[in-house]
Amino acid sequence: MSLMPQTSLPPAADAPAEKSAPPARSLRVRRLSGRDRLVLGLMVGVPTLIQAVLVWIPTLLSVGLSFMKWNGLNLADIRPAGLSNYTYAVQDYPPFWPAVAHNIIWLAFLALVATPIGLLLAVLLDQKIRGTRLYQSIFFAPVMLSMVMVGIVWQLVYARNEGLLNNLLGTAGTPGAVDWFGDSGVNLWAALVATTWRHAGYIMVLYLAGLKGIDPSLREAAAIDGSNAWQTFFRVVLPAMRPINIVIVVITIIEALRAFDIVYLINKGTNGLELLSVLVIQNLVGVGQVIGVGSALAVILLLISLGPIVYYLVRTFRRAD
Amino acid sequence: MTATATTAPATGRPGAGDRPRRHYGTHLFLIAMAVMWLVPLLWTLYTALRPKAATDKYGYWSLQGPINLDNFTGAWTQGGMATYFGNTLLISVPAVVLTLALSSMMAFAVSRFTWKFNLTLLVLFTAGNMLPPQVLAAPLFEMFKHTPLPYSISSSGTLLDTYYAVIAVEVAFQMGFCTFVLANYMKALPGSLTEAAQVDGASVWQQYSRIIMPLSRPALAALGTLEVIWLYNDYFWPLLFIHSGDRLPITTGVTNLQGQFLLDYNMIAAGATITVIPTLAIYLALQRHFVAGLTLGASKG
Repeated sequence: MSLMPQTSLPPAADAPAEKSAPPARSLRVRRLSGRDRLVLGLMVGVPTLIQAVLVWIPTLLSVGLSFMKWNGLNLADIRPAGLSNYTYAVQDYPPFWPAVAHNIIWLAFLALVATPIGLLLAVLLDQKIRGTRLYQSIFFAPVMLSMVMVGIVWQLVYARNEGLLNNLLGTAGTPGAVDWFGDSGVNLWAALVATTWRHAGYIMVLYLAGLKGIDPSLREAAAIDGSNAWQTFFRVVLPAMRPINIVIVVITIIEALRAFDIVYLINKGTNGLELLSVLVIQNLVGVGQVIGVGSALAVILLLISLGPIVYYLVRTFRRAD
Repeated sequence: MTATATTAPATGRPGAGDRPRRHYGTHLFLIAMAVMWLVPLLWTLYTALRPKAATDKYGYWSLQGPINLDNFTGAWTQGGMATYFGNTLLISVPAVVLTLALSSMMAFAVSRFTWKFNLTLLVLFTAGNMLPPQVLAAPLFEMFKHTPLPYSISSSGTLLDTYYAVIAVEVAFQMGFCTFVLANYMKALPGSLTEAAQVDGASVWQQYSRIIMPLSRPALAALGTLEVIWLYNDYFWPLLFIHSGDRLPITTGVTNLQGQFLLDYNMIAAGATITVIPTLAIYLALQRHFVAGLTLGASKG
């Protein structure tokens, strides 16, 4: 598809209009009238300006501020700080390494538990079984909820004496009752279970769409060649869903890096729930307003995020050429 | 997302005879999972329907005591939820309209015309949408804090604590995703449509508004549904920019109920249920569009 400017592009008039559903061929801007060019310029210019001012420039400013010392009050007080914000964050800032560890656990849990559950549900529901639509609606319902609502709903399940879980376990009201969101030994896992409740439904919907796109003849061919259901799925169906697999890998990584709302709701991301995203905000709005340190943490988060983002963009747009 | 009932059972899997038994196991598993998925929601609803006096007396794990809507009226009036809902409307309606308008124009320009930087811009738009919002938080916060506004417009004298700030950032952040999806959709529309119009002397604006936009209605409906839910559910940007409690939108504001009602879980559950109702209503009414929107974005990967 001609997304890239092509010098060899034939004039539009040469192409017969009836030619078997031709894809949109881009018109060249040069052949437009002055007024049309102005309209087109505004159509591109206004969104690009908004995007530049509110997304790209702030990203660059984050990088810039990470090398500065500033309390956020007076613009004249910004002082260069070299790498000191980074060395402080990595060496002296106590919650940094726990946050990194928690982000890694978060990613591992999503990748090894939540996403496979979503895939499993999609595979089971893709079969012609009764009530598949009802099941799908049930598993998908939490996807409509914000992570804040997920947190509040699970708070009611996890509460020490009032919650459902401890009542089911029979520990509610006894000294042995676990405060699932409060105890730093378990709250990360409790938050991950709540997150999985939402994430799995999301993955299920994406995989259901992917499975519908699989050519049935692929399965037939595999069956004729004597492969069992297990082999057919892992050797034929899953590889054929490669484009959606890539999206899901990227979504899983990005979601793990973006995790914020639920831990901030539970206890502002402290006491066992530190995450990089939360540390950025704690340094920004906290008492000290150490914007330089917050920005250094933001840049570390940015650099990690760029991995999956660039991978996704390369995969997506290389094919579009 | 209905099952593809059209595909005949002739997918030719071997051993079709033992399939009913396999499905029996599948149903057992799915029912167990479905119960696990529903229990937190049903528990919330049940807690919300019981007066605090009843749960104090019998415990939360009990069936005794009356069932009524007192907590709902309590949470609605004492929690000031009407204000939060109003604020959500004030933010999300302009934000969704602006996002769709701007991203459809951008998508139209990059997908239907060839010029130098359109791929670069599309890549940058898509990338911007994928960043963790916290990466931009500090500079945006400081930019808004140092942008003076007359006190007649903003009580803080800056862009902080205004809806403009939240709307602008929501639009900028959502535009990347919508542009990406719409550009893919518009690229797939036959080129002959606009070429013919061009020959007939239609201007660029007419091609956009009379040809491409009407044809993109399915994609716009899907994205519109998705964006309404996402903006309704957004927690972070209002948390960062809005500091007056009475200006918070519902998702950020509802967390105040936890502090306000402290250990009154019944009231918190009622507030949560009220907050979930609009999303579930949209979900039930527009499920098809919502799912289409999610998969539109992903299937092009």
